[in-house]
Amino acid sequence: MAPQFALVDVNNFYVSCERVFQPKLQKVPMVVLSNNDGCAVARSNEVKALGVKMGTPWFKMKELARKHGILAFSSNYTLYGDMSNRVVSILTDFSPDIEVYSIDESFLRVESVAHLYGGLASMGQQIRERIRQWTGLPVCVGFGPSKTLAKLANHMAKKNPEFGGVCDLHAMSRLERRQWMSRIEVGEVWGVGQRINARLATMGIQTVLDLRNASPKVIRAQFGVVMERTCEELRGVSCLELEEIAPPKQQIMSSRSFGKPVECIEELQEAVATYVGRAAEKLRQQGSVSGAVYVFVQTNPFKENERQYNAGLTIPLLNPDDDTRVLIQAALRGLKIIYRTGFRYKKAGIMLTLLSDKATQQVALFNELGGGPRSARLMAAMDAVNREFGRNTLRAAVSGISNTWVMRAGSRSPCYTTRWEELPVVI
Amino acid sequence: MATIESIPLSLSQSPEALQRVPQSFEFKLLKHRLSAGFPSPAADYAEDGLDLNDYLVRRKSATYMFTVKGNSMIGASIEEGDKVVVDRSLRPRHNDIVVAVVEAEYTIKRLYKHRGRVELRPENPAYQSMVFEEGAELEVWGVVVGVVRRYPQRG
Repeated sequence: MAPQFALVDVNNFYVSCERVFQPKLQKVPMVVLSNNDGCAVARSNEVKALGVKMGTPWFKMKELARKHGILAFSSNYTLYGDMSNRVVSILTDFSPDIEVYSIDESFLRVESVAHLYGGLASMGQQIRERIRQWTGLPVCVGFGPSKTLAKLANHMAKKNPEFGGVCDLHAMSRLERRQWMSRIEVGEVWGVGQRINARLATMGIQTVLDLRNASPKVIRAQFGVVMERTCEELRGVSCLELEEIAPPKQQIMSSRSFGKPVECIEELQEAVATYVGRAAEKLRQQGSVSGAVYVFVQTNPFKENERQYNAGLTIPLLNPDDDTRVLIQAALRGLKIIYRTGFRYKKAGIMLTLLSDKATQQVALFNELGGGPRSARLMAAMDAVNREFGRNTLRAAVSGISNTWVMRAGSRSPCYTTRWEELPVVI
Repeated sequence: MATIESIPLSLSQSPEALQRVPQSFEFKLLKHRLSAGFPSPAADYAEDGLDLNDYLVRRKSATYMFTVKGNSMIGASIEEGDKVVVDRSLRPRHNDIVVAVVEAEYTIKRLYKHRGRVELRPENPAYQSMVFEEGAELEVWGVVVGVVRRYPQRG
């Protein structure tokens, strides 16, 4: 049977999560801001209609906000994560072949189950209905013979109310499909970023249909094999499988903006050590070791009158390791080298790179702190304590205690679904 | 860690005696460790113990909890501070206790839905029923399927 894919995507996910638990917010123009209350990462339809673009910094829209009464919320990732798990669990009941593509989007393989729901269109409506009833979240569903087309169908369902939230490309005639494709800009295609978009434009490829009709050979010569596949997928040839089990990450990143500018190296050290601690825990969870630690610092690019400085450095390890202490040591060595006095730093971060499988690791010839069973036992104990008693209960002393640099989350909503003391109140 | 058997319990305990009860102890059902030789004859019968989640929650992805404020449902044994378990996957029926949205606020009441009449009824004579005329829309957020209370005086 030819593969059929669905892409299910929650509309304005973060905004919708907030609205489920605050009925007052229905129809109120609102945005959710990124970490540290910086930029709009989710916008309600009312705000989109005012022309506010994704990623607009909050300080740039304050005037508009005052005029139209736009409310701003800090991101509440605990709430969004819990709601996302609920959606995924409901989708898994519809089809066990699922790829969780992001916090608010999942791909499903549906060709072998669609008949259970009376066909694709009806299955799409049932998915919408059940997610709406069980979680209060609005979703759109797109169906297509490839992942790229399912994603395009989802875009069509979202932008055109006449679809009623479900768009099935299989049900359209060739002519209809081409008409739709000729009306959508090529930049909406999955995998076509700004840079590729600009280059396609110079070749006269402006709509989805243009790309669909382009010669795959030419596309391959210009953009490589990935875009060639995209081109094939638009023709209805499925080239991309579901990635059901997320492959172990090739790098683990941990970075945040600071609540207030940081100048001294001691505070930067605390922050960097904390980030390494978090990343190292994830590293051990996926059973990897890291071969190198990248550390970086940045000043605030929006403060145009302040002196700017951005720097980063990779510190390789003698032996790949997963011991928090070893990784922190490396990160701090790097930080010392890139740190300059006299700047107001806005952000710091680390990345664990050159990851490999711990099980197939070669035995180290020289060992300082890390490696070996003692280190493994200590790290396992640390992770267990932190799981049981909450993040950061046990940590390296260099991570600091007061953490004056932690991120600002001025108007975070309560964690309605995960904390006893923050449950919604009913009268 | 003390086992439950080691604590002398009787109804005539004075408060002083109660104070000597260890602060925490754990129940371990049939999970003994024997020091030598023979496997426990109970090992095959070991069970996981009682999980309140299993008892209260049927559909995890549709289940939410609310904290109750006020005493409008006192007659249904739902009191201020109680946690109620709300299942959104159930279709509200006549006589269900529900969480509804009225004037953008959550309210917990008994749903009366009979012969075309729709009302939200409190279980406390000091409160009025809310009557929904024909054509008016009542938004039921979810159906209350349980209530949980922990006595605060015991921490």
